Amino acid sequence: MDSALLGSGLPTCSVNISINGENRSLDIPPWVTLLDLLRGPLELTGTKKGCDHGQCGACTVLINGERVNSCLKLAVSLDGAEVTTIEGLGTPDNLHPMQKAFVEHDAFQCGYCTPGQICSAVGLVKEGRARSRADIRELMSGNLCRCGAYSNIADAIEEVLGAEGAQPYKEAAE
Amino acid sequence: MLNESKVVGLPLARIDGPLKVSGKARYAAEHFATDMLFGRVLPATIATGRITDIDVSEAERFPGVVKVYTYKNRPTVAKRESKWKDEVALPGYTMRPLEDDHVQFDGQPIAFVVAENFEAARDAAELIRVRYAAYDPHTDLLQEQANSYEPPVPRMKEFMPPKPRGDAEGAFAQAPHKIAFEYYMEGEHHNPMELFGSTVLWEKDGRLTIHDKTQGPQNSHDYVCNVFGLKPENVVVQNKFVGGAFGQGLRPKYQLFLAVMASLDLRRSVKAEMSRREMFYLTWRPVCLQKVSLAADAEGNLQSIMHHALGGTSRYEDYQENVANWSGMAYKCDNVKISYEIAKLDRSTPGDMRAPGAASGVTALETAMDELAYEVGIDPLELRIRNFIHVDQNQDKELTSKALHACYREAAESFGWANRSHEPRSMKDGNELVGWGMATGFWEAQLSEAEAKVSLSSDGKVVVSAAASDIGTGTYTILNQVAAEAFGVSPQAVTVRIGDSSLPKTSVEGGSWTAASSGSAVQVAARAVVATLLKHAQSMPNSPLADASEDQVEIAEGRLVLQANHQVGVAFADIMEAAGVSEVEEHGKVAPDPATMKKFSAYTHSAVFVEVKVDEELLIPRVTRVVTAVAAGRILNPKTARSQILGGVVMGVGMALHEEGMVDHRTGRVMNHNLAEYHVPAHADIEDLEVIFVKEDDDKVSPIGVKGLGEIGIVGVAAAVSNAIFHATGKRIRHFPMTIDKLLAEPDRH
Ligand code: FES
Ligand code: FES
Repeated sequence: MDSALLGSGLPTCSVNISINGENRSLDIPPWVTLLDLLRGPLELTGTKKGCDHGQCGACTVLINGERVNSCLKLAVSLDGAEVTTIEGLGTPDNLHPMQKAFVEHDAFQCGYCTPGQICSAVGLVKEGRARSRADIRELMSGNLCRCGAYSNIADAIEEVLGAEGAQPYKEAAE
Repeated sequence: MLNESKVVGLPLARIDGPLKVSGKARYAAEHFATDMLFGRVLPATIATGRITDIDVSEAERFPGVVKVYTYKNRPTVAKRESKWKDEVALPGYTMRPLEDDHVQFDGQPIAFVVAENFEAARDAAELIRVRYAAYDPHTDLLQEQANSYEPPVPRMKEFMPPKPRGDAEGAFAQAPHKIAFEYYMEGEHHNPMELFGSTVLWEKDGRLTIHDKTQGPQNSHDYVCNVFGLKPENVVVQNKFVGGAFGQGLRPKYQLFLAVMASLDLRRSVKAEMSRREMFYLTWRPVCLQKVSLAADAEGNLQSIMHHALGGTSRYEDYQENVANWSGMAYKCDNVKISYEIAKLDRSTPGDMRAPGAASGVTALETAMDELAYEVGIDPLELRIRNFIHVDQNQDKELTSKALHACYREAAESFGWANRSHEPRSMKDGNELVGWGMATGFWEAQLSEAEAKVSLSSDGKVVVSAAASDIGTGTYTILNQVAAEAFGVSPQAVTVRIGDSSLPKTSVEGGSWTAASSGSAVQVAARAVVATLLKHAQSMPNSPLADASEDQVEIAEGRLVLQANHQVGVAFADIMEAAGVSEVEEHGKVAPDPATMKKFSAYTHSAVFVEVKVDEELLIPRVTRVVTAVAAGRILNPKTARSQILGGVVMGVGMALHEEGMVDHRTGRVMNHNLAEYHVPAHADIEDLEVIFVKEDDDKVSPIGVKGLGEIGIVGVAAAVSNAIFHATGKRIRHFPMTIDKLLAEPDRH
């Protein structure tokens, strides 16, 4: 059990959160966001901070499979939740198909928005709502990329959607 | 049979890609130490005035707070201005954080709270009570025109306007066709996705390892050493991964100063990361007012070009960029007059932002060219072709290369320009007006001083090292490719070490010069390794290479061989064994060649074609298609190169339609200092983008024939969008960004 992660003398709450498949029992001051918990005490810096205000999507993680801006979630509200961060999707030697597609399509430059884009894209695929490139563009618009990799990101997502057999992406993949 | 390894020119996936997509690439604020402290800045809330009272007592009492710094208790640092001047400093007085009670811009850091955890630092900063004596702010460039001046100390000689040639006024007066308009660009903010941050790792022996968000680790290193009087060997600055910068990371930012200050003072490791709001108080692309006058004869041959630019700067430094000089080199014209002035504002000092100067200046020129085309009554592309020039009239020099005709041809063809109808408001798709516009882009192709070290070990492993940076530009990958090619090894055999101040000297990453400069330095170092190997080989008994010279040999399949006959050669492992070494390592160095520079100018060129669709009633514009053709010499990696251009185009769309730092001139404050209200293009804004690299051989611009790509992608985009909007709607918007309100307010030309 991790204890007193955030310095002594502060009121804390106990929560159990599964992070990337690992159960963590944490004592957390109630004002700590999931993003700051990940990037600070847990040293899971794959999740990025771009604004801290829910405006950029860099902090996107999957909570119970759904894409969420982790800067807008207080960690204490996540007792019993399953959190998947970019680190939980794949590793450099064993990349998730979405991660692989991002590399192949050069769907990033500086790479800072990328973990958020990938988590968001994985959430998008699961939602099953994206049927066209226009859908992808619309439904990914919560994830800003200042390097302007948007068209390559859309290419990468299209490829994965095709491979997953999403209609009408099925044909494109064959 | 020659072994064509040919790694250079292949669309290799980014070497650092797997680390970035798996969250394993660590950026500046993502490093840890036991016992680390966290710092948070309190920004000023007036634009000009004095702090009359600053009460930190409540903040100091906040649980977890270790110390609160203000100008009252800032530790002693360097006094002399020369100590504060970084590698790319500006004429003027460098901003010194927490120096005194003066406030010179909204957002100036006035306190730095250091605490045991991030949340305590953040929350305690809110408890600081500040009283100000605020003066009247002057932040509106349009109101400050009367106070404009030519910069007394030029930042660079090249930024000075060229001497007037011919008689621009006289020719303008006599020409049958003429236009003269003002163009106004609002200030823009870089907003890289990564927040500026520094992690200072303090060690007991007084050494500091600093992870800093910067475009130049050696620039940050030297700044820290000079300002704090530290021994150079006791400080290392690293920037292995940089989450975008676009020019904002050229000069050291205040969080670096503050984190180092606190670390030295408290003898602990300190991390400081800015808020997004603070990112708006740093360097920005200055507001810019331009007047462009063009005149042509009946056939559209340019008779006169006059371009005056006025840019904003701060009270304390004279920021300067090359806004208007492009108008003297872009097209053939014998009567040219260019001028440039700046005016002081109560704002932070502007700084270079992607294609500084050109992004603003070429937008004005290329919009004006479109206006002239309609005035003369010829196709806008035809107007440019008619005025094509093969030399640099500004500097009276030849050009190293200019494959701009190919850009025009290939982009126009792919875009389908021939099907365009000339008349504005003549193309439609459903309830949307369709417009096609184009522009030319220009950027300087520069070589900066750069060094690199390359080693080849007997097992065929190659290590490249240089204090270069990869800010998303692909430096890791292209340096790998250059080295792999030089030794005929696979990219997997090459390790690239960059982003560390202790590595061979390299200029800041800017101006699109890194690929050309560091790439060339790697090639020079690799050739030196081959030369050393040859020397060793020639000391071997009965060496088959005994009579060979350096330029006759190369490495292929693990052997040093004759280029002409790969059968003749020696395995380099055997050469090293005979010489009693396990690796050969050499330095390479490049610098601009004065003789070439005297005779030649070097520019990157592009042609940008844009389609917009504009809702007929609501006038909401969207960019549906962009085709960019670029002539940039040799392309080391078409995949990463293409991404560079895409990124520039996207930022150009932002400049055209979205980006605008909004200042409340009554208070001098930036109102929209967040990503919800400062709009940058999002996924939904970016549709169909195509990039074409035209063939361009250039053996003079840099030793490896590379011109660089970081800036050219944005240049001309906003003009092409503006021209397309005119073509779609008949409305000419000369105030950027071209938001819906401006379109609604503008009367139809038709
Ligand atoms: S950091 Fe959470 S949305 Fe920007
Ligand atoms: S890759 Fe740099 S912000 Fe998206």
